[in-house]
Amino acid sequence: MSDPAADEDYRQVVRAWLVENAAEYAEPREFPETELVARSKAWIRRKHDAGYSAIAEPVAAGGGGGTPRQAAIFDREEGGYHTPTFTGVGIGFAMAMAAIKRHGTAQQYERFGTLTHRGDITWCQLFSEPAAGSDLAGLRTRAVKDGENWVVNGQKVWSSWAHHADWGILIARTDPTVPKHKGLTFFVVDMNSPGVEVRPIRQITGKSDFNETFLTDVVIPDANRIGAEGEGWACCMTVLATERGRTRSARSGSDRSGSVRSLVHQAAATPRQGGSALDSRAVRAKLARWYAREQGLKNFGKRLDEQARSGGGFPPTVALVKLVSANLLQETHAFLMDLDEYAGAFSSDEVDREEVFYQYLWSSAMRIAGGADEVLRNQLAERVLGMPGEMRADKGVPFNELPY
Amino acid sequence: MSFLPTHEQTLLRDQVQALCEEQVPPETLRELITANAPWQPELWRAMGELGLLGAAIPEACGGVGLTPKELAIINQELGRAVAPVPFLSSICMAAEAIRLAGTAEQQARWLPDLATGKRVATFAWAEPFTTLLERPLATTIEGGRIGGAKTPVPDAGIADLCVVLADRGGEDCLAVVELDQDAVQRKPLHGFDELRQHGVIDFRQARCEVLEAASGCALTAALFDEFATLLAFEQVGGAEAALFMARDYSLERYIFGRQLGSYQAVKHKLADVLTALELARANALHAADSLAKGGLDRRAAAAAARIGATEAYETAARENLQVHGGIGFTWEANCHFHYRRARLLALSLGSVEVWADLLIDALAASPPLAA
Repeated sequence: MSDPAADEDYRQVVRAWLVENAAEYAEPREFPETELVARSKAWIRRKHDAGYSAIAEPVAAGGGGGTPRQAAIFDREEGGYHTPTFTGVGIGFAMAMAAIKRHGTAQQYERFGTLTHRGDITWCQLFSEPAAGSDLAGLRTRAVKDGENWVVNGQKVWSSWAHHADWGILIARTDPTVPKHKGLTFFVVDMNSPGVEVRPIRQITGKSDFNETFLTDVVIPDANRIGAEGEGWACCMTVLATERGRTRSARSGSDRSGSVRSLVHQAAATPRQGGSALDSRAVRAKLARWYAREQGLKNFGKRLDEQARSGGGFPPTVALVKLVSANLLQETHAFLMDLDEYAGAFSSDEVDREEVFYQYLWSSAMRIAGGADEVLRNQLAERVLGMPGEMRADKGVPFNELPY
Repeated sequence: MSFLPTHEQTLLRDQVQALCEEQVPPETLRELITANAPWQPELWRAMGELGLLGAAIPEACGGVGLTPKELAIINQELGRAVAPVPFLSSICMAAEAIRLAGTAEQQARWLPDLATGKRVATFAWAEPFTTLLERPLATTIEGGRIGGAKTPVPDAGIADLCVVLADRGGEDCLAVVELDQDAVQRKPLHGFDELRQHGVIDFRQARCEVLEAASGCALTAALFDEFATLLAFEQVGGAEAALFMARDYSLERYIFGRQLGSYQAVKHKLADVLTALELARANALHAADSLAKGGLDRRAAAAAARIGATEAYETAARENLQVHGGIGFTWEANCHFHYRRARLLALSLGSVEVWADLLIDALAASPPLAA
């Protein structure tokens, strides 16, 4: 039940604490990677010591022992600052914790919850493989039981920030003789274990946000298995559902409603034969259509949030959010280059177009990561429209009998 | 502001849906076309008796006194059924125009008969070879008389009254014209959606009464934004019906030993229609909430609703017929109702190109990073 007066008291206390403790993050600041990681951990520690880290989680698991309402109030207040948070923090707080809490033992949750919520460790996700992306359950990394330990061999890719992570959530195949979804098991792995090698992947943007992780005879104690043998796929679903919800709330947090509007103004400022690019019917038609889509997303997002708040989480229509936004990102950034004709493909002394280039390149990843366009369309057709699932060549077939 | 319907709104939707299923099933639509009947008066009478026609008409004028949002819900269901009644022209357009531009006395004179359904009105804005935006209007008013031709006018053949958009002294104004007078000549047009017939109305210095409470381009803008919003709901209803018609058929029909709907080409097609539909619905709801705001926000919201809903309905209607294959091209299949109606509605209140202009002008006139 809501108690506005208590909420307001809590908010005032939080505000005062943030004024005292987050002053150095009042304005946005850029940090080198290593410093960002160190500052992220230090900031979690400071929150933890004041009871503001994982506020709604039990104290025994390193949380604040408070309520989800208090957590929401704190998040909103902290949102007024630019506190350091690198990707590994979210992977730990949301995804790793969701899996361990739901599928692990109480002891496991207390141990890893405390380490995570205190800022001692951060996490990466070791799920995708070179030949297992959309078809994640086709993964080949093997974990073989050896007494009280498991020995793991394989290769993982697209692990964000793995080179700064202390622990990883890992899914591996423990039984290749059963159909593929059934032979998977979930582990947590110390990234400092012998045999773990993290190499950066050079992306098309030239940056290296992601890694490939090679696992060679890595020993994981059975105590670090999360859930039962063969329960790995269910753990993955928990993690992916959490990830999808996070993508959604991150989007509603940032109001991008100005973006097509700003394209209109850029077109108006682009000279064309005595007028501007905004005089073109073709340009107007494109911009109008994109605006309708952008606003549609924004308004649809509000509807989704309302539905989620009234219980039951996000409906399966949530899949259309990324489908539309990623394609819109790609089209609008191509347009920004088109506006300047030939020159739009280059940065010059006068105009720096690096951000546009970056976003255009990045949009191609957005259409793939976290559910490729094709997967999302299948989801919409199957889960919303109730159409049949894909005909599967691998259904019921033991993993080790599948062709590859 | 809420994007989820209230309990009352859900009941209203279900009531209209049930009424349409009972009164105007597809067989009835086919019979009406064959008989060249311009509408279904029984459904209209029932709607009047249930208070649906007077939903947004003030209680003082015999209505229920609700808001345009209720009109939107009703119109969405009529769109779903391709219901052959003049709800858009008589209630959403003419009655709303009288409510917004008429004096209290004028409202009390015209609205009660529209609320009961005793009389039917229509709204005439279009003139030969013009777009929604072109001025000056050729239809002019002077000394209580109106002259000029309006075409196409929806439901022109069955209307008793017409609210006409005309020029008076260089300014937009609205006038009510009784169509049963010698100085008014009506001629039916042949269109391809025979379930919503249109005509030419020629005013030869006919008697008219100017709605005096509001006039000018601000009034026209407010009206068109509201019309576009209400029309978007009709399109959303039609799009949803066409999408689920396609979905149902794809599950019934087997081809090469499996359900048609199990092919990814079909699934992805319908997923795209669903996406367009959901964005259109969200935009329409937002536009309904923005009607009270006015200004550039209202214009941008209405334009986004109009553009999104037009795209959604056209895509849904075309792909529905496509998914049906050859059967979809037959008279007995129901695809053609939506295939025709989607095209008609795309043109009924300014095309997407016109609304793109209105939208872009509104965006260009507002600050680059408005909140």
